[in-house]
Amino acid sequence: MQRFRADLHTHTVLSPCGSLEMSPIKIIERAKAKGIQLLGITDHNSTLMCRVMDEVAVEQNIKVLTGAEVTTSEEVHCLAFFDNWDALDKFQKYLEENLPDIKNDPARFGHQVTVNRNEEITGEVEKWLITGITQSIEDVEREVHALNGLFIPAHIDRMVNGLIAQLGFIPPDLHVDAMELSKHITLEDFKKEHPEIEKYTVIQDSDAHYPDNIGDSGFWLHAEELTFEELRLALKGENGRKIELL
Amino acid sequence: MQVKDIIEKLNLEVFGGNTEPEKEITGGYVSDLLSDVMGYSSEGNVWITLQTHKNVLAIASLKELAAVILVKGLKPSEETLEHANEEGIALLGTHKSTFEITGELYKLIS
Repeated sequence: MQRFRADLHTHTVLSPCGSLEMSPIKIIERAKAKGIQLLGITDHNSTLMCRVMDEVAVEQNIKVLTGAEVTTSEEVHCLAFFDNWDALDKFQKYLEENLPDIKNDPARFGHQVTVNRNEEITGEVEKWLITGITQSIEDVEREVHALNGLFIPAHIDRMVNGLIAQLGFIPPDLHVDAMELSKHITLEDFKKEHPEIEKYTVIQDSDAHYPDNIGDSGFWLHAEELTFEELRLALKGENGRKIELL
Repeated sequence: MQVKDIIEKLNLEVFGGNTEPEKEITGGYVSDLLSDVMGYSSEGNVWITLQTHKNVLAIASLKELAAVILVKGLKPSEETLEHANEEGIALLGTHKSTFEITGELYKLIS
């Protein structure tokens, strides 16, 4: 069994709130410096930066977990990850179909651009990405699992867009692969208020919007090798695989 | 003022759960953050919201609210409606915005 340093929640330049410095080269450079081996790419309601991130990361021997941070209709943020381009592209289509037609105002909310590996702008997304899609948290969960992906409610401790703040409590029958805590709380402290977290696998991530914050938090993935399926086993705690918070 | 009075006077749609039409209304609470409603609403309140998730009914039941009004023509999901019927909490609807229906309810009960 090996252990790999993981951080599954990272925004790129595409997220309106993500810094324009969050280009593929800078993100991977910083992740490398922090010793991160598994890096999740999770822009708001979009997967469009995943391919270039993967391309740049592979050269540095970092595995990218491709996905998005979805805002559900209840305005709960949830991470979704997929292990192949076909599933990811299907999910991208689902996001585009269900994102309301509200235009982004870059002056107020920030730019939503895609860039290539040379930091040249290759496109701009017009619809406002950070808003809630028209699908409920259960709808999104079903879609992600139909595509054999991983579904992880994000920063459930946060008052803004966290599962518990938005929905009052964790819907007991919601099928999640793990729950994510923000870097602002320890699992021990969270447990005091929410003992029900005991029955879930918990991960913790940086949610970096600026290069400096990459690797602020994260976890150790104990697995045989660095693959999507090994991560899935570790989230289930199967056959000696496990998640260990930093 | 009872649940049946506001249904009639505000011309509300009844989705389900209306098992106690004579339940007394003690006031209103307006919020779309369910944790906030859990913390600060009071027994007998009418809760006005745009959230249609089934947790709405669990919280309404826990806090012993009198009714829930969904705004802007929003419809409850099947699961939410089931919970309303199970919990016996009147689940009501209006095409009006939160601002308008809150104003009307305020006038009616204060």
